[in-house]
Order: sequence, then structure tokens, then C-alpha cells
Amino acid sequence: MVYGVILAGGIGSRMGNAEKPKQYLQIGNKPIIVHTVEKMYVHPEIEKLLVLCPEQWVSYTKTLLKKYIRTAEDIVVLKGGASRNETIMNAIAYIEQETGLDEETIIVTHDSVRPFITHRIISENVYYARQYGACDTVIPATDTIVESRDGKIISEIPDRSKMYQGQTPQSFCASRLKELYESLSEEEKEILTDAAKIFAIKGEKVYLVQGEVSNIKITYPYDLRVAESLIKDKN
Amino acid sequence: MLNAVYRLVAPRRFEVEFSEISLKDVIVRPTHLSICQADQRYYQGKRPEEVLEKKLPMALIHEAIGEVVYDESGTLAPGTLVVMIPNTPTAEDEIIAENYLRSSKFRASGFDGFMQDYVQMDADRVIPLPHGVDKKVMAFTELISVSVHAISRFDRIAHKRRGRIGIWGDGNLGYITALLFHTMFPEAKLYIFGMNEEKLADFAFAEDTFIVKNVPKDLSIDHAFECVGSNGSQAAIDQIIDFIEPEGTISLLGVSENPVPINTRMVLEKGLRLFGSSRSGKADFEKTVQLFSEHKELVGSLQNLIGNVIRIHSIADMTEAFEQDIRKAFGKTVMLWEQ
Repeated sequence: MVYGVILAGGIGSRMGNAEKPKQYLQIGNKPIIVHTVEKMYVHPEIEKLLVLCPEQWVSYTKTLLKKYIRTAEDIVVLKGGASRNETIMNAIAYIEQETGLDEETIIVTHDSVRPFITHRIISENVYYARQYGACDTVIPATDTIVESRDGKIISEIPDRSKMYQGQTPQSFCASRLKELYESLSEEEKEILTDAAKIFAIKGEKVYLVQGEVSNIKITYPYDLRVAESLIKDKN
Repeated sequence: MLNAVYRLVAPRRFEVEFSEISLKDVIVRPTHLSICQADQRYYQGKRPEEVLEKKLPMALIHEAIGEVVYDESGTLAPGTLVVMIPNTPTAEDEIIAENYLRSSKFRASGFDGFMQDYVQMDADRVIPLPHGVDKKVMAFTELISVSVHAISRFDRIAHKRRGRIGIWGDGNLGYITALLFHTMFPEAKLYIFGMNEEKLADFAFAEDTFIVKNVPKDLSIDHAFECVGSNGSQAAIDQIIDFIEPEGTISLLGVSENPVPINTRMVLEKGLRLFGSSRSGKADFEKTVQLFSEHKELVGSLQNLIGNVIRIHSIADMTEAFEQDIRKAFGKTVMLWEQ
């Protein structure tokens, strides 16, 4: 079974003075999270959709989804965890409890603040997660990436042709992800920035899925302006 | 949701833009799209400057099928294969057909065509297709329905002596019109007039085929279909007028950018009826789908028309499909929509 897991755990600390977490801000005529949920909801290969958000926003999120999606009762809203990966583990715990985990249980995890995701990206995530157990959506880096260990002086400039920028979805065989995560030490968990790294630091292969430049993450107020400019209704 | 729409922004240049759509009506994921000459005229910038100025950016393609991903009414199950009707009426008229109402909108002409991530359709603008059909053929159901529409009009308008029918044009439209006429009126003898010996050889079901320069002087036909268009329209109509019997009908299907002079003296003397047919409406699509179900061999014969089949994963692939379509000699270019 394939689950869509929408990560809406952020509290929007980078969005300046916005009162609401950024996923609840509006672009076009709807909150960002609704756009994202709708995209995952209609995809034929996503069989069940879980949305994970801060505990105090669970009830609001349920109300919001009901307002825009007639059959919203099919969508499960859960509270997230303390970190991104703990949130994913909450989703896996829910799935395990409801239907159990097996080799065929795939989770397509996606940022709620990436509403421009396309059908192809989701399809390829499902395909490669089934095929290889893990995949990550990326685009080739256009800016040169510079590494600095002390934040003052460049320590390394990696070859740009081998650099990619990570987007989401990141998709996994849920049981394998859980198994690997539980085998990590607390120190290893500390350095995780995303779920693909759980596979990577254990030496497991993570397949690359071609993302899109337009699959932007709405993090800063500037991104909201960019997002609005991508919407061109003609009809 | 924010739906990716792949619009032609200038000749030979596609870009992604996003439109907001809601979970309303029927939402279809396009799967097979077919390129039409009308799309090519936009793509190559062959429409007049002011037309391009007014209509672009716009998503092209009005021939497509897809799978239902959402139906507000719950009537169509997710996964149902449907053909999408590009003509979109905004009014009803008991006399004038929906495809001739000036108020109707048409995909990839008045508004966005089917080069989109998802297409939101009114529930009455999608028609389920039979199971197990060749989807590459179904992709150009719209073009087939245009022939069905013209033949249905012929049936209403033409007098009943219909033993010998002439079809001018050995391209896609000529082939489809001839094949559909043969299916709908198997008793009639079909005579095909074209420019290319090899293409004419494909009309195996016809009584006879002719290169337009070598038509026997004593040949005559009861009615004719003109499927030539563009610069060839005038010569084709002239020749039809020469060979048609009095009181015959000439069905005009070929599109020309320029006005076409017509020998009205002979139209008057022979008492001919010329009537135009353009596009098609829901009833024509329904009739076409019914023909697919009833005549399995029809879909087999239409498979001859499948030319290039191109997988689309990126905007570069879309451009490549249109460029390959320009270079092809015959047949339809079908895009497998995986973007």
C-alpha cells in the first residue's frame, strides 16, 4: 500500500511576523497546505493520505481540509513529532497500528509547503521507492556549493556537476526506514537533516528522482511572492 | 490545487505556468495526446501575428484521452479511461449544433488545451471509452469524430443516390473520412483522389484510387468530400466540381488560412450544394465511441495512422515531439504524457 505523508510540522519561524505557520498562509485562493494535499489526494497511486502538523493545529487542519475537499474524511490528520524524522516515525507508527507494515508499504513524504509538485514527480517517487527502497527528489545545483566548516573561510568547493539540491518528496519502504532509524545512535540522529540521510549514513542506496525548478519550498516571505507569480490563470 | 499547464508562450517555445483548480466537476489525468495541424500552426507561428498576440500563452492539443482521477458526482470511478471533448458550449440552441455556436469555447483555440498535469472538465465533456482499446488510436478520437460529424451531416443533407462517393485528400483526414464512410455506408463505392501513390495504396477498402493528374475523363461521382485544405483547396474543389454529377453535395473539411476562389458558375449550373463542417460535438463523440465498440476492425485499420509515439518527461520532449511531427510524412504523432 502506498501512503502519502504530508509533513506540516513547521511552526513558521522563518516567515517573519506571520502569525500562522507558513503552510496555512494563502496563495491563489487557498491555503498552501490545501493545494499540496489536493495534489497528493488526486494522484491515483496514493492510496491513503496522512497529514502531520503541530498538535495545536490538528483540529484547525481537519476543519480546513473539510472546507475544501468534499471527501476529506478519507484524510488522516495526526500530530507531528519533535523533529522531521520523529514526525515521519509518528506516521509509520500510525500505519503499523492501523494496517501493519510489510515490504510493500511505501511512504511518499512531502513538505506541505511545496504545493507546485507535479504528477510525474509523485509517480516516479512511487516507482523508484518500490524498485530500490528509497528515493529522493533533486534538481541539479545551479549555484556553486561552497563548504565552510567554521562559517568564515571556505574549506572546500565541491565539483558542481556532482551537486544536486534536495527537494521533496522523499519516498521509502516504510519498514526499512523504521528499522534503519531505530538502529541509529542518538549522535547519529542529531546530525540528520532529512530522512534520506538515514539510508545514506547506513550505506544504503537512495535513488535520484528528477525534480522541477518550479517545485519550490515556501520558506521566506520572498517565496510567497515567487509562488504568486507562478500562478497564471488564463481561463 | 496548483496545476502545471505547459503553455506555448511564443512560436517553438513551451513554458510551465500554474493555474488554480478545485476538486470540482471531473478531473482527468491526460495519458495520450495527439498533435493536430491546428496545433502546428500555432507552434510554428503560422497564424497571423494578431492571432498569436491574442491567444498565446496557451496550452496546445485538443485531441486527448486520459484517466479520471476525481469525479465530484462519484459517477466515474477513478481510473476510468475517457476521451475529452474540446468543444465547450456556454449556451444551448435547439437548431444550431454546439460546435457552430459562436459562444462555444474550444480547447487550444479559445482557451487552454490538454497539455496540462490535470484537466478539469465539465462532467458532460468526458465520455468513457470501451475496455481494451488501443489508446494510441483513441488519442485522436477527436479527429475521427470530426469525420463522423461531417458524414452525419452529409447523411442529413445529401440526396439518396449515393453509389459513388469521391474523397479528395490522401492525408490523415482523407484516410479517416474514407474509412469511416466505408464503415457507416459499406454499400457505397469510394473513389480516392490524392497526390501520393504510396499513401493511396493504403486505401485498400476503396473501389479505386487516382493521382489527381490522371483521373479518367469519363469518371463521375454522386457526392464528394474535400479533405485537402491549405493551398490545395482550390484545385481540389475545382476538380470536384468537374467530376461531380448535378445536384451532388460537396462536403468541405479542409482548413485554409486564405480565402479560396470557387467556380460558382458551375456550382449554379449543376445545382450543387457545398456545405462546411468543422469540429464536432458530444453526439459525434458518442457516435464515434459506439462505432469503436461495434466495429472492432475499424480500430485495427486506424492503427495504420499511428506515426511517431513519443514519451514526454520534460518540456524538451514536448518540443521534440512537435519537431518530429513536422518531419513526418504521414500519420499522427502521439505523445505518451508522462510529464
